[in-house]
Amino acid sequence: MSDVIARRPIWSLIIILAVAILVWLVFSIWTPGMEAMFGRKRVFLSALFNGITLGALYFLVASGFTLIFGLMRNVNLAHGSLYLFGGYLGYSIGEWSGSWLVALVVAFLVVALVGVLMQVLLFRWMEGQDLRQTLVTIGLSIIFADLLLWNYGGDTFQVTAPDWLSGPVTLPFAVALRSNGEAVMMTYPLVRIAILVGAIILGVLMWLALNRTRVGMLVRAGVDDRDMLSATGVRVQLVFVMVFAFGAGLAGLAGVVGGTFQSLQPGEDTRILLSSLVVVIVGGMGSIPGAAVGALIVGLAEQFGSVYMPTYAVMLTFIIMVAVLAVRPEGLAARR
Amino acid sequence: MAVADLNLAQQARPRESFSDWVARRGTAFWVVAGLLLLMPAIASPFWLVQIIAYSMILGLIALSLMFLAGYGGIVSLVQMTVAGFAGYLVAILGDSAISQISLHWPWWLAAPVAILVATLFGTLSGALSVRTEGIYTIMITLAIASAFYYLTLQNYTIFNGFSGFNGILPPVFLGIDWGQQVPFYYLTLACAALAYGAVVYVSRAPFGLALQGTRDNPRRMAALGFDVVAHRIAAYTFASLIAASAGVLLVWYQRQISPGTAGVGPVVDMLIIAVVGGLSRPIGPFIGALVYVLLRTFSLDVLEGVGLDGRRYQLLIGLGFLVIVLFSPDGLIGIWQRLRDRYRRSGDIRDSQMGSGGGTP
Repeated sequence: MSDVIARRPIWSLIIILAVAILVWLVFSIWTPGMEAMFGRKRVFLSALFNGITLGALYFLVASGFTLIFGLMRNVNLAHGSLYLFGGYLGYSIGEWSGSWLVALVVAFLVVALVGVLMQVLLFRWMEGQDLRQTLVTIGLSIIFADLLLWNYGGDTFQVTAPDWLSGPVTLPFAVALRSNGEAVMMTYPLVRIAILVGAIILGVLMWLALNRTRVGMLVRAGVDDRDMLSATGVRVQLVFVMVFAFGAGLAGLAGVVGGTFQSLQPGEDTRILLSSLVVVIVGGMGSIPGAAVGALIVGLAEQFGSVYMPTYAVMLTFIIMVAVLAVRPEGLAARR
Repeated sequence: MAVADLNLAQQARPRESFSDWVARRGTAFWVVAGLLLLMPAIASPFWLVQIIAYSMILGLIALSLMFLAGYGGIVSLVQMTVAGFAGYLVAILGDSAISQISLHWPWWLAAPVAILVATLFGTLSGALSVRTEGIYTIMITLAIASAFYYLTLQNYTIFNGFSGFNGILPPVFLGIDWGQQVPFYYLTLACAALAYGAVVYVSRAPFGLALQGTRDNPRRMAALGFDVVAHRIAAYTFASLIAASAGVLLVWYQRQISPGTAGVGPVVDMLIIAVVGGLSRPIGPFIGALVYVLLRTFSLDVLEGVGLDGRRYQLLIGLGFLVIVLFSPDGLIGIWQRLRDRYRRSGDIRDSQMGSGGGTP
C-alpha cells in the first residue's frame, strides 16, 4: 500500500481526496445550496447505495466470467444464460422448498454441473480455438434462452427473500433535518446490504483461495502460462473443469441473488452478460480485483447515470469503457 | 521482400481478354448471375422482395463482417450497428412520419451523409477495438453494439426511444419509384453485386493481401514495415462502408427503424449468418443470409407441419448454428467444398480403376 503511494503520489492524493469528499457528502447534513446542486440527499444516497449493491451483483457474475476467460481464454457468451438459468431455478426451488438458502445452494450446484458438462463435452475438444469456443457459447446462449422462454414464458419472476432478510434497516446517516432539529435517518432494504456483505466475503475468500492455497496457485500459474503448467505434470484439464464449474456456479448463485432484488425475465441474460463484459473490459481480463473495481465503477455509473442524466445513462458506462480502453487497453487492474 | 514479390506477380500476369474473364468465372457463376437477373420474371413479388432482396441486404451486412473476419481475422460484431446507425441517420436527416425530429433533407443528401457518418462511426469503433488483440475484439465490439442499442432505446430526443421511426419511404428519381418491388429488387441486386465485386477485388489488391498477411502473422508483417494497426482500421472503414450502404437499403426495405433493428439479437444473428455461410469466401454470407431468411420465414409452417411448437424457431436456429460450428467450422461453403472434393476424388479413383480395369484381360 505505502509502495503504491510512493510510486504514484499525485494519483493517491486525488483518490484520497475523492474518498474524503465522498465520506463528507455521506455523513454531513446538506445545506440548501448543495441540495440545489445535487438534488435531495436521499436521492444521492440511494443512488450511491444502489450503485454499490448493484456492483456487488455484477462482481458475482463477472468474477466467474473473468476466471473462465483468464484461465481458458474462453469468452463465455453463455454466461448470462447461466445467470438467468440459476435465477429461474432458484425461483422454482424457492417456491417448492420455501427456503431461500436451499435455492441459493441448489442453483449454485446445478449450474456448476451444467458448467462441468459444457467444459467436458464441448470446450475440451476445441482447446486453443478461441473463436470456435466463443461461437459455440453463442449457439448455447441462443438455445438456453429459448429453452428458458419455453419453460417459464415471458412473465417476470421474483425470488422471495426470506423473512429474516426482508424489511428496511436504519442506517446511521442523516438524510435531512426535521423542523424541530431532529435528524431523519436513511433507511435501506436489509436484503441489499446482506448481498453486499455476502459479495465482499465471497470476494475475500476467493482472493485467499487464489493467493494462499495450492489450487489457487495452479489457477494463477495457468492464467500466466497454460502450456508450461501442463508440462510440469499438473492435470490441467481437472483444473479447467473445476474453474469452469466454479465460475458457472457463481453465475447461477448470482442469478438467485439478482432475482431477489431485481427481477427475472427473458432478455435479462443479455443485459447481465453485457454488464459483465464491460466490467471485465474496465477491470482487466482474468483478474479478480479487477472485476471488483470494474463492478463497483459500472454499478455506480449506471445508478448515478440513471438519476442525474436519464436519457444518456448508458453513455456514461460506455464512455468509461472507452476511456479505459484508450488509456489502459488491458484494463485497470491487469498486470502489464 | 513481400512487396517486391507482389509487384512481380502483378506485372507477370498478362492482361486477360474479356472472353478469358468470362470463362474464368466458371459456369456456376454465370448461371447464378443469369438467374438473379431474370428473377423478376420467375418469382412472385413475395419471393422477390421478402426473401431474395431481404437476403441480399442481410448478406451485405454479413459480407462486411466476413471481409473483416475472413481476410483480417477481426471478428467484429459492430457491423449490424453500423448498418442500424446508417438507417437511423436516413430517418433522422431525411423524411419520416416522426416529423418533429426528422430534418426533411432530400434523399440525395441524406443517404450519402448517413453512409459517410456511419462509416466514420464504424472506423472509430474499429480504432478503439484494434487496440486489443484477437478474441478481445468480440467483447469490445459487442459492448459497443449493445451501448448503441440501449442508447437508442433510452434516448427520445434524437432516436425517438422505443418506438423509433416509421414512414421512411424509398426515393423516387429518374421517374422510377424505387419502393416498387421490381426496381427495389434491382437496386438491391446492383448494390450486392457491386459490394461482392469490390470485396473480391480488394482481397486480391495489395491492400487485401497485406491485410491477409496481418491476419496470418502480424509480427512478421510489422517487421516487414507494414503498419498493422493502420491496415486493420482501413479494413474497418471499407467494411463499414458496405454495412452502412446495406443499412440504408434495410431502412428503405422495412420503411421503419426501431432499437430492435440493431439490438443484440440481430447483432449476433449477423455473426451466425456469416459463420453458417462460411467465412472463407465472399459468397458465403449471401448463402448464410438466404438460409437464415428461409428459416425465419418458413420454420413456423415447417415446425407445425411436423407437429412441433412453431414458436421454437430460435431453438432451431441455435441448434443448427451449433451443429455447423461443431462439425464444419468453415460453414456451408466448407461442406459444399468437401462434398465436391470427395465426389471428384471418387471420380478420379473410378477413372483410374476403369483405366487399370481396361488394361487387364
